Amino acid sequence: MSASDLLPFQASLEARRSSGGKCLVPYLTGGLPGWELMLEAVASAGADGIEVGIPFSDPVMDGPIIQESSELALAAGATPPGILDGLSRLDIGVPLAVMTYVNLVYRFGYERFADSMVKAGVSAAILPDMPLEEAGDWCSAADAAGVQTVMLAAPTTPDERLSRIVERCGGFVYAVGLLGITGERDSLAASAKVIAKRLKEVTDLPVLVGVGISTPEQAAEVCEVADGVVVGSAIVRRVVETRSPESVAEFVGSFREALDKG
Amino acid sequence: MNNDLKNQADELAQVFASDMVGAPTGVGRFGEFGGMFVPETLVPALHELEAAFKDAWADPVFRNELDTLLADYAGRPSPLTRCDRLGEQLGFQLYLKREDLNHTGSHKINNVLGQALLAKRMGKTRLVAETGAGQHGVATATAAALMDMECLVYMGEVDIARQELNVFRMRLLGAEVTPAVSGSRTLKDAVNEAMRDWVGTVEHTYYCLGSVLGPHPYPWMVREFHRVIGTEAAVQCRVALGADHPTGRPDVVVACIGGGSNAAGIFSGFAAFPEVDLVGVEPEGGAAIGHGIPGIVHGMKSYLMQDEFGQVSEAQSISAGLDYPGVGPEHAHLADSGRAKYEQVTDAEVIEAFQLLSRTEGIIPALEPAHALAWVVREKESLAGKNVLINMSGRGDKDVGQMMEVLGDTL
Ligand SMILES: Cc1ncc(COP(=O)(O)O)c(C=O)c1O
Repeated sequence: MSASDLLPFQASLEARRSSGGKCLVPYLTGGLPGWELMLEAVASAGADGIEVGIPFSDPVMDGPIIQESSELALAAGATPPGILDGLSRLDIGVPLAVMTYVNLVYRFGYERFADSMVKAGVSAAILPDMPLEEAGDWCSAADAAGVQTVMLAAPTTPDERLSRIVERCGGFVYAVGLLGITGERDSLAASAKVIAKRLKEVTDLPVLVGVGISTPEQAAEVCEVADGVVVGSAIVRRVVETRSPESVAEFVGSFREALDKG
Repeated sequence: MNNDLKNQADELAQVFASDMVGAPTGVGRFGEFGGMFVPETLVPALHELEAAFKDAWADPVFRNELDTLLADYAGRPSPLTRCDRLGEQLGFQLYLKREDLNHTGSHKINNVLGQALLAKRMGKTRLVAETGAGQHGVATATAAALMDMECLVYMGEVDIARQELNVFRMRLLGAEVTPAVSGSRTLKDAVNEAMRDWVGTVEHTYYCLGSVLGPHPYPWMVREFHRVIGTEAAVQCRVALGADHPTGRPDVVVACIGGGSNAAGIFSGFAAFPEVDLVGVEPEGGAAIGHGIPGIVHGMKSYLMQDEFGQVSEAQSISAGLDYPGVGPEHAHLADSGRAKYEQVTDAEVIEAFQLLSRTEGIIPALEPAHALAWVVREKESLAGKNVLINMSGRGDKDVGQMMEVLGDTL
């Protein structure tokens, strides 16, 4: 596969948005037993793109659920090349992003990783421990290979910095919905709509809120402002607990439905 | 310090600040190492911290307040002790910088008093910290008690079991101790938990990091707070070596390396003088420089023990304070530039050294600085006739329980 054959993440989200819809990007931990089947099931449940986690030994942005799924995947032998390889064999008709921590990419080699993403059909990367200050080397490699880098914006990010972040960002802007790490929350944090609104004012990129979006109701609520959501822990908990592609797809479908109803 | 010593120390501090161990460049870079690899949520807080530290460090009122605390509360300056019995046995002059005599029992208090004062100045009301051996946790709990702040310390489950005395001390001091139950359940995982906590609480919480680790500005700031060790030691060595000594400086300065804060502190007093050899001693099972390659974790680029894919390895050391797969970025740079060298010792050598100092000098060392001692014992031939300075970074009280199990009936 070459860069021009990639299913582009951004275009898929923009298409959903211009048809008046809201974007749904589920997160799944790569390398769990049966993860490829899980990906296929989620793709057909209404995802506009899928974020695939490449597990890292020390995920500082992640709460207990994704920590546990990462440990399970690592124990099952998950590796970055193994997951990219798995992705290259899939044909699910939905654009893919990888989400991982910078050391795995650094160790792989920035250029080699970007090239391997293209070969695997992955069009975007999300590296939560690589802020603007440290993004230069990776972004050059990613730009050269033709893959996009999704940057994160947080409730603590000042306005002046938000503009610089969206300028460097591709695919979509990942709006961190709350002060904290990934994990399920009982209610939508007030900060979620605030950061989404602030971002909408400075960019035309799709603005997706992630971290803490746990129910279809919360997703619909934040999408009164945002263009879409990334849903991680709530899905991953069901993956780990049920191991059933059908029930995970059903859960993802409930988000699709809530977003379509508005 | 009396005025004379203080003047000399100030003069030396100026000389040192200009050279090897100066301010980092760019975004916290020491050579290619360092940086700020953290989630976006924390970046504004780190920029704020850098500005606050620069401001405080240039403010005589802050400096004076810290100096007063270091003197009247922590007991500085710490003495320099010449160890005649052990020196004679080994065949060189051995000096110990007695950080073990500080309040709370280690060098960690220097950094913590500085950071806690800074936290107050920034209007923060809660301290979080990670701890390995518990010494940094105890120091943080102490400062929190003194300054009326809330304190939560993360500590690996494995370390909680082997350093239970320090866990109780922290609780006595009013701190909460929360076990880190993921990964290797040691220092590395305690750092992860502290960072996760901070991502959620950054608005009112100050992360009091315990070594020259983590994202910028910590490696630089923590070293500055420990610079006092090297500055004092340089003056004390000049006096101890006598007017006849050509330089007034030791030939070799040795310190153990966990994250590298006690080493950075003492090295800062001597790095500007190329004739002084600087040696950092890592545990064989936690030798980031000895066995690692460059990597990125805990907010910094540095040497890191990791597998072929970049998954961080679990360190294995008898000493909870050194049981860490990474190392401070400035040490990575000092190693690459050749200014300092880094050596490894085994647990067995450490156990020997621990007993040796106890029996010959009446000083029970912490297991961490026993690493530095173990290296000079092994190297006694090449050190013959030299003046050797070891940073005695902490006392062994906290390790006595663990050593009772290791040594059993052999004594
Ligand atoms: C007495 C003592 N020395 C050394 C260390 C290691 O830390 P560092 O390398 O930062 O000095 C510790 C850490 O717990 C310690 O307690």
